Amino acid sequence: MRSVQALAVAVLSVLAISDVSRAAEPKPGGIFRIYHRDSPGSASIHEGATYSLNVPFMPIFNNLVIFDQHIAQNSASTIRPELAESWAWSGDNKTLTFKLRKDVKWHDGKPFTAADVKCTFDMLMGKSQQKFRQNPRKSWYEQVDEVTTNGDYEASFKLKRPQPALLSLLASGYSPIYPCHVSPAEMRTKPIGTGPFKFVEFKANESIKLTKNPDYFKKGLPYLDGIEFTIIPNRSTAILGFVSGKFDMTFPTEVSIPLLKDVKSQDPTAICVVEPNNVSTNIIINSTAPPFDNLDVRRALALALDRKAFIQIMFEGQGDIGGTMEPAPDGLWAMPKDMLEQIPGYGPDIEKNREEARKLMQKAGYGPDKHLHIKVSTRNIAVYRDPAIILIDQIKSIYIDAELDVVDTAQWFPKIARKDYSLGLNLTGNAVDEPDQSFYENYACGSERNYTNYCNKDIEKLFDQQSEETNLDKRKKLVWEIDKKLQEDVARPIIFHARTGTCWKPYVKNVTIMSNSSYNGYRYEDVWLDK
Amino acid sequence: MFAYIVRRLFLMLVTLFGISVIIFVLLRVVPGNIVDILFDAAGFVDPADKANLERELGLSQPIVIQYLHWIGGLLHGDLGYSYVSEKPALEEILPRIPITARLAGLALLFSASIGIPLGVISAVHQGSKLDYALRVVSLSGLSLPSFWLGLLILMASVSLFSTMPIFNPNPKTWLEALTIYAVPAMAVGFRSAALTMRITRSSMLEILRQDYIRTARAKGASEASVNYRHALKNAVLPVITVIGIEAAFLIGGLIVTETVFNIPGIARFLVEALRWRDYPIVQNLVMFIAVVVVVVNFIVDMLYAAIDPRIRFGD
Repeated sequence: MRSVQALAVAVLSVLAISDVSRAAEPKPGGIFRIYHRDSPGSASIHEGATYSLNVPFMPIFNNLVIFDQHIAQNSASTIRPELAESWAWSGDNKTLTFKLRKDVKWHDGKPFTAADVKCTFDMLMGKSQQKFRQNPRKSWYEQVDEVTTNGDYEASFKLKRPQPALLSLLASGYSPIYPCHVSPAEMRTKPIGTGPFKFVEFKANESIKLTKNPDYFKKGLPYLDGIEFTIIPNRSTAILGFVSGKFDMTFPTEVSIPLLKDVKSQDPTAICVVEPNNVSTNIIINSTAPPFDNLDVRRALALALDRKAFIQIMFEGQGDIGGTMEPAPDGLWAMPKDMLEQIPGYGPDIEKNREEARKLMQKAGYGPDKHLHIKVSTRNIAVYRDPAIILIDQIKSIYIDAELDVVDTAQWFPKIARKDYSLGLNLTGNAVDEPDQSFYENYACGSERNYTNYCNKDIEKLFDQQSEETNLDKRKKLVWEIDKKLQEDVARPIIFHARTGTCWKPYVKNVTIMSNSSYNGYRYEDVWLDK
Repeated sequence: MFAYIVRRLFLMLVTLFGISVIIFVLLRVVPGNIVDILFDAAGFVDPADKANLERELGLSQPIVIQYLHWIGGLLHGDLGYSYVSEKPALEEILPRIPITARLAGLALLFSASIGIPLGVISAVHQGSKLDYALRVVSLSGLSLPSFWLGLLILMASVSLFSTMPIFNPNPKTWLEALTIYAVPAMAVGFRSAALTMRITRSSMLEILRQDYIRTARAKGASEASVNYRHALKNAVLPVITVIGIEAAFLIGGLIVTETVFNIPGIARFLVEALRWRDYPIVQNLVMFIAVVVVVVNFIVDMLYAAIDPRIRFGD
C-alpha cells in the first residue's frame, strides 16, 4: 500500500514538474494589449522628450547597446549588445568602437550597416543635411567629435575627451538607430526600424498597432504576434478597462498609489509593482530678480521644506528624499544618508530648520509684520499643481504668502525662458541614471534645459572632472560632492523623487519595470502571454 | 416660401463667413502655437529652431494671408495638413465624422423617442404620482453631468458584467456594435431627453387648456385622439426648436462622452487638436460643426414652415 502511495506521489510530482516547466516555457502568439495615457506628438523617438513615445515605439527599434531588459536597475554593468556584437574602448578612452551584426535588416528589407549608425548620430549632432524638427538630446553627444565607419560593420565614436558615460547614454531607450534611407518626416509618421516589431499604424488619439517582425535577427523572437496600444487619456476609463480585462497591462509607471489600491481591490489577481521612476519634483527659482536674488531668501526657502509631508500627502509615503541624483537603493549615484542630512533643509528636525529659515528671512527684511508676497508658477497639470499647493502652504511658515499661478502648458517654457516668474514648481525626468545626463542638461551654464540659468564655473569644472573619471568609486565621490553643492547653492531645490505603479495580468510574462528610469525598458521582444 | 428659403440660405452664408473669421482670430489670440507645444514636449526652447519651424508651417506669415490661404484652400476642398500627424487634415477628419454622427443621431433619437412620449404622459396625468415620478427623473437628467453618468455606467458594467462598452472599431457581433454606440448615446442623450420631456410637458399643458381641445372633447373625440392628434401636433413646435438647439449643444456633451467611453469621434479629436494648437484641424472641424449647426437650424426652420402654415404665409 505504501509503495502504491509512493508511486502516486512520484507520478504527481513528475506531472507537477512537467506542468511548471510547460508554464515556464514561452508560448508564442497573442496580441499584447496596453492602454496608452495620451496621443504622442509623433512616432520619432529622437524628436520627443516624453516616455509616451518610448513605450509604444521602442519595440520597433534597436540600439547599438541596450540596458538588460530584465534587470530593473540600469547600470553600466547591465549593458548588453544589440545591433553591436561587441564594443571596445581605445587605450586613451577617447574612441569607442562597435563591431556590428551582419544579419540585421530594416523592416523594409534593406540591410543595416555602419552607415546607418553614422547617419543617426550625425543627425543628432546636427551635422547632417537632414534635420530633425526638434533635437532635445543634442547635448548628450557634446563630447563626440565624430562618428566614423570602417567598412559596413564597424562604427567608432571619436570623443573630444574621455567620457565613460557615453555607453550608458547609448543604451537608453532614447538612442535607437535610424535608417539612413528614411527621412525624419517619414520617421515621425511611419517609422522603420530593425526591432522585434514592425509599425502598422498610428491613429492619433485612437491607437498604435505593431506587428511581429518575422525577420528579426534574434531567432525565435519576438513571441508576441503584435502589440496594440489603445489611447485612453481618461484615467478612470483606462483603469476600468484594465480591471475588466480589455487590457493586459496598464500604461507603465502611470498608476498612482491610491489607484493601485483600487486596482488590487477590484482585480486581486493583478500583478502590481511600485518603482521609483527617476523623476524629481523640484523648485525653480528666478535668482536674477528680487527677492530670490538674495541667497539668504533662497536658503530660507530650502530650509522651509518638509519633504516627508509632500510624500505622505501625495503618495501615501511611497516616495524618496534625495538630491539631484535618484535616491538609493535604486539610484546608483545617490549621496549617503549622513551626507544628505548635512545639507540645509534635509535635517530631520523640520521646526529647527524653519526657525533658522525665519532668521534668514528676518535678516533679509521680512518678518511676522512684513510678509513676502510672491506667485508660485506651475503648469496646469495635476502632478505639478498638487505639490505647488503644498509648497505654498509650507512657505507660509517663513513669512512668504504665495499665490498659485497656473500656466497653460503652451506658455510654460516661453514664460520660464522670459524669466517671467519668481518661483516655479517643476518636474525633471532623467532618461538615464547617469550624472552626465543630469548635470549637463539641468545645471551646466548655457544648457537649454537649465531653465534657471544657474551657472557656477567651479561646479562646472567638477562636472567635467567626474565625466572623465574612469574609476567608478572616485567618480561616485565626485558626484556626491557636486550634488551636495548644488543643493547647498539652492540651484534647483529637489523636493522629492516619486514612485509610481504598473499593473499587469498574471498571464503576462517577462515584463520588467525599470527602477531608475522610465525610458529604457520597453523592447518587449521576449514578453509572452501564458494564455 | 421661395423668398423665405433664399433669405435663410443667404443668412446661412453670412453666418458661416462670420464664424470662419471668429474661429481664425480666436485661435491666434489664444497664447501659444503648435511650435510652443512641440518645444514644450521636448523640454526646451531654442529660438532659432522655433523660428525655423514657424516659417516652415506658415505661422510667421501675416494673419490675413494665413486666413486667405485657409479659406482659398477650403473652397477648393484642400483642408491643409495636420501639424501634428503631418497627414492631410481631410484624411484625419473624415473617418471620425461617421462615428460622431452615429453617436449624435442615436442620442437625438433617444432624446426624442423617450422625451416626447414621457412629456405627453406627464402632462396628461398632471399632478398624479406618475407625473411627479417623471418630473423627478427629468430633473435628475438635467442635473447629472453626462461624464459622471458615463463613468457610473462604466463602473456598473465592470462590476456587474465584468466588461465595459468602450469603443471597438471592429465589433464582432451586431449586439456589440449597438452597445458601443447605444450606451454612450444614452449617457449623452439623457440630458436632452429630460429637457425634451419638460418642454413637451409644459407645451402640452398649455395646449390642453385651449378652447379647440375642449371642442374636440365635446365632439366626442377619444382621449388618445385629443392628446396625440389635436394637442401634440401643436405642442410639438417648441419641442422641435429645442431638439434643434440640443443638436448643437450635443457636441459639447459628446466631448466628455467620447472621452469617457474612449470613442474616437470628432468631438474628442477637436479637444486634442486644440491642446496641440493644430490649427488646420481645429479650424476645419469647428467650421464643419458650424455648418452642421447652421444646416440643422435651417432644417428646423423649414420644418416650422411646413408644420405651421402661419410662418410661410406670414412671410
